[in-house]
Amino acid sequence: MKRLPEPPEDVVVNLLRLANTRIPDDIGWALEAAAGWETGEIARIQLGAVLENIKKAEHLGVPMCQDTGIPVFYVRGKFDSSIVSAIAAGVEKATRIIPLRPNTVDPITRENYGSNLGPGMPVIHFVPGDVPYTEITVLPKGAGSENMTRLAMLNPADGVEGIKKFVQGAVLDAGGRPCPPSVVGVGIGGTSDRCAAMAKEALLIPLDCDNPDPVLGKMEEELFSALNSSGLGPMGLGGSSTVLGVRIKKEACHTASLPVAVNIGCWATRRASARIWDDGVEYSQGAVF
Amino acid sequence: MSESDVRSLKLGETVYIFGPVITGRDEMHIRALEYAREGKEVPPDLEGAALFHCGPIMRDNGNGGWSVVAAGPTTSARMNKLEPEMIRRFCIRAVIGKGGMSKETAQAMKETGCVYLAATGGAAVSLAEGLGICKGAEWEDLGMPEAMWRFETDRFGPLIVAIDSQGNSLYEKVSSSLVRVF
Repeated sequence: MKRLPEPPEDVVVNLLRLANTRIPDDIGWALEAAAGWETGEIARIQLGAVLENIKKAEHLGVPMCQDTGIPVFYVRGKFDSSIVSAIAAGVEKATRIIPLRPNTVDPITRENYGSNLGPGMPVIHFVPGDVPYTEITVLPKGAGSENMTRLAMLNPADGVEGIKKFVQGAVLDAGGRPCPPSVVGVGIGGTSDRCAAMAKEALLIPLDCDNPDPVLGKMEEELFSALNSSGLGPMGLGGSSTVLGVRIKKEACHTASLPVAVNIGCWATRRASARIWDDGVEYSQGAVF
Repeated sequence: MSESDVRSLKLGETVYIFGPVITGRDEMHIRALEYAREGKEVPPDLEGAALFHCGPIMRDNGNGGWSVVAAGPTTSARMNKLEPEMIRRFCIRAVIGKGGMSKETAQAMKETGCVYLAATGGAAVSLAEGLGICKGAEWEDLGMPEAMWRFETDRFGPLIVAIDSQGNSLYEKVSSSLVRVF
């Protein structure tokens, strides 16, 4: 449904409110499915607490997690440079009125900027596209999961087995720290920086759609079943639901390289998108990047 | 919370806290230890505390007080280097967080009588309800996430006894039996 036109700054506030207070449908369904198949008592308590928390956050209109993260933005389609200050103004306003936790600090002095802004913030990725709208997507990324990010420059000879082993290691070594059951974003190929970016973009792909590449789709399934038979479980306290899904993206890479990156999304993998048309704004939470 | 209360808790048990809880993360740990080593005064709430690894979202309620909006646990492993000394110096009775802590921390818990209680990561709205009334903050200059917030809790949980006062760890049990397919 289209809403009346709003200034981009207010669209950003609405996006941050939607992403932080309401879980995307596909993630919610995956959590309910996990609660259905879990048998361990402690694991069931964890998933029960998560599902109850999701309901309360949506009902009260408050952030489901206190770590409202660093909002990572993706802007696609029509845009000019004014979008940067509009997004920054939206982040500042959302921090005050939702409220979001002020998370950004100077990396050396650790002084908090108070606004979720500061040098280099907000993080915005630009994707030009020949479409008649501006699409703004936000992925609020908490530190518990972001701190578990791993990048490996594998040897081409390591192949698919090497990729699967690296992803498995990244998820299991992270243990309970990224708040499993998690969503596993994987980037394969590109340069080192593109690879890391792809792994995060993979978290934007809904869990309830097939990977268009059957080879990647098969890897997603194999990793999903391997990780859920690992025994790590919700919050690393044991159980059969360690991951809600695995999403993989790939791009071309150098003939001598095999970059692989893993970006873990916590159970609260939050996202929201808005398409800004000339005559109104459409919101959704099923962003496909 | 007395030492004998804590010693009676069993690994894997579900508990709720009724009573005082303070929050503290990286910066609060660093300052508390720095002040204690220099002989400077630290907030008395630290002594025998239930210490919640949490950086809450707080809202200024307009009449000089604060109310809690969302308050789930943060990753405890970041405090691994600082926690053993915290536990020994201040006789911390319970550390509440997520993801578990190191063998060195478990050893300090065993010596002094302390447990690690796992709160559900991200269950910030439910946990905020249980935290109840905010009794103010210490060291607000550290910023909202890093300040030491004081709460008088009312049925704060559910919390799982994930490291008991004998140093046994549920995380150790899980990680030592992980199945690696690849």
